[in-house]
Amino acid sequence: MSIEVDEVKKIAKLACLSVDDADLPSYATNLSNILDLVAQMNAIDTTGVTPMSHPFDVVQRLREDVVTETDRREEFQAIAPNTEDGLYLVPKVIE
Amino acid sequence: MSMYHTKSVTELSAMLQAGEVSSVELTQYFLERIKSSDDKLNSFITVCEEDALAQAKESDEKLKAGNAPALTGVPIAHKDIFCTDGVKTSCGSKMLDNFISPYDATVVANMRNAGVVMLGKTNMDEFAMGSSNETSFYGVVKNPWNLKAVPGGSSGGSAAAVSARLAPASTGTDTGGSIRQPAAFCGITGLKPTYGRVSRFGMIAFASSLDQAGPMGQSASDCALLLNAMAGFDEKDSTSIEKEVPDYSADLDKPLQGLRIGLPKEYFAHSEGGMDAEVEATIKAALDQYQAMGAELIEIELPNSGISVPVYYVVAPAECSTNLSRFDGVRYGYRCEDPKDLNDLYTRSRGEAFGAEVQRRIMVGTYALSSGYYDAYYLKAQQLRHLISDDFTRAYEKVDVIMAPATPETAFNIGEKTDDPISMYLSDIYTIAVNLAGIPAMSIPVGFANNSSGESMPVGMQIIGNHFEEAKLLNVAHKYQQVTDWHTRLPEEFK
Repeated sequence: MSIEVDEVKKIAKLACLSVDDADLPSYATNLSNILDLVAQMNAIDTTGVTPMSHPFDVVQRLREDVVTETDRREEFQAIAPNTEDGLYLVPKVIE
Repeated sequence: MSMYHTKSVTELSAMLQAGEVSSVELTQYFLERIKSSDDKLNSFITVCEEDALAQAKESDEKLKAGNAPALTGVPIAHKDIFCTDGVKTSCGSKMLDNFISPYDATVVANMRNAGVVMLGKTNMDEFAMGSSNETSFYGVVKNPWNLKAVPGGSSGGSAAAVSARLAPASTGTDTGGSIRQPAAFCGITGLKPTYGRVSRFGMIAFASSLDQAGPMGQSASDCALLLNAMAGFDEKDSTSIEKEVPDYSADLDKPLQGLRIGLPKEYFAHSEGGMDAEVEATIKAALDQYQAMGAELIEIELPNSGISVPVYYVVAPAECSTNLSRFDGVRYGYRCEDPKDLNDLYTRSRGEAFGAEVQRRIMVGTYALSSGYYDAYYLKAQQLRHLISDDFTRAYEKVDVIMAPATPETAFNIGEKTDDPISMYLSDIYTIAVNLAGIPAMSIPVGFANNSSGESMPVGMQIIGNHFEEAKLLNVAHKYQQVTDWHTRLPEEFK
């Protein structure tokens, strides 16, 4: 499995990662090597095998539909990069 | 000068309860040890001097009042992956270098309630992604047995700190071997519990279906005490198991007569990249010891174990790419300078703050989950995971525990594998299947073997159990530690 530089760019965009152009070739090599390793999976036939999503056959636990969270907005926003009037600030989205 | 660092948690706890030492004295002693020795190791990211002494004072009052829980006043270190209220929680990343957690992880809260004093937060591979502690934003951690060697990872700081006795014990997390591999490399005892046994709430997520927290200590009996405090159902973790927590210290001394030990023939086969000959000889000597104690050795098969590493490098990156999408530079953590628009803010904050290994795994995961590839990668991996898990189920019909090396070789040198991610990934070949199956496993020190640079380094042996059999693993490990002294040996520079 060989991943080209253009494909790394596409994956980085999907993953919201800015990657320096200079680093693209080494990522392409590393990702290709990892996908080669992963390709060993194809040697085993898994027809009819149920995918395992959890080590135990348990179902998601449900709880009563009641409020459990307390309002800690001030504490949480104290560690945010930029806030104003209780809102998180980001660059303008709509011109 | 008292030598408190030569005492186990079990011994320190007894001394505290008997009033032979105060928690303040102990805490000061270990803070002093960290101050004087950690510049050699870099095992701590944050040391909590003031908080620790305040907690120690409180513990001393509780001890005086009587009926204090067993761990009251014992100082330990937490891996910096656990959120700690009011204390920096970095996860080894530039992304969280400025993150002061507004709450405690359940593991931390449980330990606090048990009276444990937090000395500080230990270094780790960035977001727990690594097997050598070389991916940390805070620099590599050194192995106390040889400062040129890695301590293993991702819980490398925790392992190094306990190995050098800068802390009597620590917490760690294990997604593909991150407790057992560094425990093996540093000559300490570590336990990865059954998936769901210990709460994941407040433990920064890497691969949610594999992550599990556990104790790292000097001995099985120490790990039992720590697990007693860590384990339990937590409604804040949707995968936490509602099952009573036994007293893990209760069965430590059960005789091993008749114990059936399974030896996976695939792990002991001689193949390229397999077990080093000296490591193998050391493991065999430990198995002989078990036979002498009345255990029976039985060859078993784990036919799908060879596919564990490829399966892991689909499941873990896929889940990591999903989990790490929460780091967006908006609500907390790193934000880039002067973002020109919202997308620039996201991509540059992430691109500038995540290290290369984290970015690699996010990209592999993103690729595996992208449109058209899901069945070929994630679904296929989850199917194979079932086969790997079934192998263990079949094995436990014939044996009580499985023993295997923890690592194919002893601790390698810093820089030796950094240029080749794949060779780094393969250092976890014996530990990963356990996480995929969700079963518990320990690593205990069983001797020494030369590494590739000819330095004598600790060897770790894994004891792997069926679901919820932590007490049996601790019993099997403890009996060995009663008749051997590998676990009490200290690196020369830290005696």
